[in-house]
Amino acid sequence: MAFAPTAGRLAKLAAVETRLFLREPITLFFAILLPVSLLLALGGSIPAFRVPDPEFGGQRVVDVQLPGTMVMLSVVTLALSTLPVVLAVYRERGVLRRMSTTPVRPAALLAAQLAVNVVVAVLAAALTLGLGHLVLGVPAPGAPVAFAAVFALGCLALFALGLVLAAVAPGSRAAQGLGAAVVFPLLFLGGVWLPRALMPEVLRRISDFTPTGAFGQGLIDGLGGHPPRPLHLAVLAGWALAAAIAANRLFRWG
Amino acid sequence: MAIITVEHLRKTYGAHTAVDDVSFSVEEGEIFGIVGRNGAGKSTTVECVAGLRVPTSGRVEVGADLKEEVGVQLQDCRLPDKIRVGEALDLYASFYSRPADWRALLDEVGLDPRRTFATLSGGQRQRLSLALALVGSPRIAILDELTTGLDPLARRDTWELITRVRERGVTVVLVTHFMEEAERLCDRVAVIAGGRVLALDTPSGLVERAGVTPQVTRATLDDAFLALTDHPSD
Repeated sequence: MAFAPTAGRLAKLAAVETRLFLREPITLFFAILLPVSLLLALGGSIPAFRVPDPEFGGQRVVDVQLPGTMVMLSVVTLALSTLPVVLAVYRERGVLRRMSTTPVRPAALLAAQLAVNVVVAVLAAALTLGLGHLVLGVPAPGAPVAFAAVFALGCLALFALGLVLAAVAPGSRAAQGLGAAVVFPLLFLGGVWLPRALMPEVLRRISDFTPTGAFGQGLIDGLGGHPPRPLHLAVLAGWALAAAIAANRLFRWG
Repeated sequence: MAIITVEHLRKTYGAHTAVDDVSFSVEEGEIFGIVGRNGAGKSTTVECVAGLRVPTSGRVEVGADLKEEVGVQLQDCRLPDKIRVGEALDLYASFYSRPADWRALLDEVGLDPRRTFATLSGGQRQRLSLALALVGSPRIAILDELTTGLDPLARRDTWELITRVRERGVTVVLVTHFMEEAERLCDRVAVIAGGRVLALDTPSGLVERAGVTPQVTRATLDDAFLALTDHPSD
């Protein structure tokens, strides 16, 4: 039946989901601590990362390449590992089915989970750039609006993909496996192990069309003060739209 | 006055018929039992009543708002491991416009609000599930296999709880495969087998009607159920 949940109901739901999120130390580690510490540890321990590098347009690796990649890493972790597993657990345990017997639709729970994960992604990005600035002197994004726009679009694309994973995974274990199977190739193509600037031409071309390649490069461009490339914006928008449509068709509540 | 009316309910999944032809009505304020073996179609029937499944054909009429006024305890529904009992009750209470006092409800089912779901025993989980079904102060409570997996003592405690729920005027639909439970609690019982209602009567009426063999000196609903659903292969 049509029942609009009040703001108060949604706020309580979001508060409980936030507390549940904070009670998972492993999630907090991979989504926040790992990207931040990688930036500080790699940036702090490898002197070459702190001198201007012609491979990266004369900028220091710690200024642009590394923080951009770490921001992408935490969004990917939250969207493709954390969110799908939580939603698969909720479906597997009948949490969504139980909610569908109450006046609040289970879609509200999904919305609360999305909101919590997106907020954590924003905080992780802020923490990465903030601590990077304090410890390594990482400058503020050169093109802040472009950076924010790419961040938002990348979140849309990746969280929509996460919902597709949650939709097609039969159970929480499958969601974990599926998440890992998708995350590692995407991180590789996003330039986590081999920066896109150093990729062979063919690989970089493929990377351009992946959500992580477009997202990572868009973030790096924004940090470096460059506008995002239209191709990358189009790729992110395309993934966001296609994944949102697929998730909407495939998602099961029970 | 009937608060639930089910007429010629049928639910099929492809070639599989879960419910073939089920009709019954539940009077306001009674405890109505639905008994049957595993796979008889009990859960599908009540899930159609609760609006969780759409019948293939037939009519289901419920004289109460399905979301606000019908509390449902589903079989095999769990919660996230790390949620505390009090948090869950408080959260689910916030979903309803006239919620019950969840602290009083927790006292009644004897649960500590600080415990997390993962640390609860099977019986405690069932009691939490019952409390969640009642937290919206429903007019109708649909309880599916509430005491399955409970030890005899916990089962008796739960029976007492259900009796108290009815004393508040709540209509209870109780799905069970324990005949002793149906005999003790239910005003009327529908015996379902193969997706059809075999018999519908008071527990004592069913015992009488089943014509349990004279060798059984004190026939129970268990005997009646076996006589009614007797199958040569069993």
